[in-house]
Amino acid sequence: MTTTLSRRLSPLLLGTVFAAGLMLSSNARAEELRIGFVAPTTGIFAQVGKDMVDGFQLYLDQHGNKLGGADVKFIVEDEQGKPDTAVTKAKKLVLQDKVHMFIGGLLASSGYAMAPVSTAEKTMYIASVPAADDLTQRQLDKYPYFIRTSWSSSQPHHPLGQWACDQGYKKVVSIAADYAFGYEVAGGFQKAFEDCGGKVIQKIWPPLGTKDFGPYIPTIKQDADAIFTLMVGPMSLQFPKQLRAAGFKKPILGGGTSYDEFALPFMGDEVIGDVSALHYSAAIQTPKNEAFVKAYRAKYGKVPSYYSENNYTTAQWIDEAMKKAGGKWPGPEQFIKIMQGLKIDAVRGPISMDDMRNPIENIYIKKVEKKQLFGYDKPELWNTVIKTYPDVSQFWTYGKAKFLAQPVYSRDFPPCKFCE
Amino acid sequence: MNKQLIKIAVVIVALLALAFIVPRSGSFVVLLATRAMAFAILAMSLDILLGFTGLASLGQAAYFGVGAYLCAVLATKFHFGLGWDFWIVVVLGILIGMALAAIFGLFAIRASGVYFLMITLALGQCVWGLAYRWNSLTGGDNGINMSGRPNFGIDLSNEVTFFYLVFAFFTVSLLLLYLLVRSPFGKSLAGIRERELRMQILGYNTWLHKYIAFIIAGGFGGLAGVLWAQTNGHVSPETVVLTTSVDALLMVVLGGAGTLVGGAIGAAIVFGLREYLSTLVPWWQYALGGVYVLAILYLPTGLIGIPERIRQARGTTSKKPSQSGETKKLASVPS
Repeated sequence: MTTTLSRRLSPLLLGTVFAAGLMLSSNARAEELRIGFVAPTTGIFAQVGKDMVDGFQLYLDQHGNKLGGADVKFIVEDEQGKPDTAVTKAKKLVLQDKVHMFIGGLLASSGYAMAPVSTAEKTMYIASVPAADDLTQRQLDKYPYFIRTSWSSSQPHHPLGQWACDQGYKKVVSIAADYAFGYEVAGGFQKAFEDCGGKVIQKIWPPLGTKDFGPYIPTIKQDADAIFTLMVGPMSLQFPKQLRAAGFKKPILGGGTSYDEFALPFMGDEVIGDVSALHYSAAIQTPKNEAFVKAYRAKYGKVPSYYSENNYTTAQWIDEAMKKAGGKWPGPEQFIKIMQGLKIDAVRGPISMDDMRNPIENIYIKKVEKKQLFGYDKPELWNTVIKTYPDVSQFWTYGKAKFLAQPVYSRDFPPCKFCE
Repeated sequence: MNKQLIKIAVVIVALLALAFIVPRSGSFVVLLATRAMAFAILAMSLDILLGFTGLASLGQAAYFGVGAYLCAVLATKFHFGLGWDFWIVVVLGILIGMALAAIFGLFAIRASGVYFLMITLALGQCVWGLAYRWNSLTGGDNGINMSGRPNFGIDLSNEVTFFYLVFAFFTVSLLLLYLLVRSPFGKSLAGIRERELRMQILGYNTWLHKYIAFIIAGGFGGLAGVLWAQTNGHVSPETVVLTTSVDALLMVVLGGAGTLVGGAIGAAIVFGLREYLSTLVPWWQYALGGVYVLAILYLPTGLIGIPERIRQARGTTSKKPSQSGETKKLASVPS
């Protein structure tokens, strides 16, 4: 009887033994800084997850696995691209590994799902990638242990709207992936562009994962001066190719993920000249960025994406905050306060933190160019920075109160006033 | 009959051991056991269709999803179900699962075999589409965050307390489903599985039997959904997505279809490998895939057929045809 039982319960029993073992080992060394890292290391987002982990790991490797003098125990957990799993893994990190903080999540849904865990478990959560606007806007009050070191979805796209307007574009068609991130990116662009006098004359929402844009391209209005697009993953490779093949000659503006370094090496020459906006470009011409790109590429064989840089900078931020705390973990409330007070000289440029715990950072308007950079021998596609908007906050020029009074960007907000 | 009593005794002892061991292990194990048991209720509800009625459904996540979304929407938009009224939410969750199954059943029960599979898949995807696009209600892709678990004198935010609650629901569900499949109604479902035409000739309204089984399965799916929402504190379209249905189907087949506990064993194995092993090693997917392949190649009756296989290998049992017990090969299902 007992053998049958133990066979049936063996996964659980095994679990118990492992759990007990891990707890003992983590209690024995109290001086270390335990950092949990939640990223999709399997599934369709596995490559993005790898960029995230590699970015953080590179900083640790360059600094002898120490942050601010404390030994780091870096524990990577696989969220598999699912919010449910992200919650389980975050809880595992807190309950079993007793981490001081957990970092990461990729999709907005993972970020939203993990933020309440930080509140319930009174453990710090650093969103190093999830960009959902409301995490640091209308819902921040619910998450006192939450801080973001990356960006909010609409943050780079307000300046892009302004820039498009400054180029003299009057009418723009927006075509963006049909989900929350797409709404926030396209919404930010439309708001700034229209406030400056431009008109978004058509909004098209192809579903996430669209493989053939044939049905959408002929519906694009011909009197547009330019097109604004937000694509993710394989969509970002397919869309410009099909659009140019259809004979579209007008300028294409892209949201952050349409042309980021994660997709760029796989693109063809048809994207040369396309413009996008983000808080990082691998082609920023600073010694700091050059060193980072070279070190990253030497180690991992590819150009770092903003996923890599954001996590590298997160590690740097923790490093400097720990230094300020004297190498001892001061507790989550105090640590967040220290992080908020710091000014970081990061790879992507100078960063500080606003009072809603979202970074104030440079936004780069980038143009895809084919050239040799940083002494690499082959000409490649790079996101050359053509304009820098310094110290952009998530509220752009609207001011916090006015911005928060409007609803979060959605499919219907801002309304398409100039659509027919 | 005696063998049946032994089986029941084994299950009872296993349940008692579970209730005794899990709360004394690490909190993460408690969390995993809670998740596995909430999902096991869904797997068992699917087993009613797959194992006992011979209907392979790929849309069970739909009832799971409406249960979960109901719980989340009531809690966040109406602040309902945060105290003793949680029990009303449980009842509503079961009812909404049944109601949806009653509607879907009208479309699905007309078909059988692969066509039934396709229709349930399509209907399940409709619910996913709603969850994904009805932004004002479901929060779209971002999902809904719940603010905490209910507290009705007993505070469910304690993981161990919540484990016992889910454990109780799991046990009661197992008991009710067991009584159901042992009842004359359950016997006629088995008859439909074996040979539907013969049951019709005997004068059974097989459509109605299948329809009722479909609705009952929907009800338990809804219950599992409510518990799932409370387990995670978060509901997103990922809860309703096709892979959830596929997971449930695989768990039932892995554990052993037509046995009820098979679904629970399958859930325990899949959650153990996917969520526990993945914290230890990066190659957990190979382990999970290997288990699936080996089970399908060598254990057509599922993991629960292992003792039977061992006994057969030792040759201690005579080769009576009834020895395959209640685990019938799915291949014998007439289409």
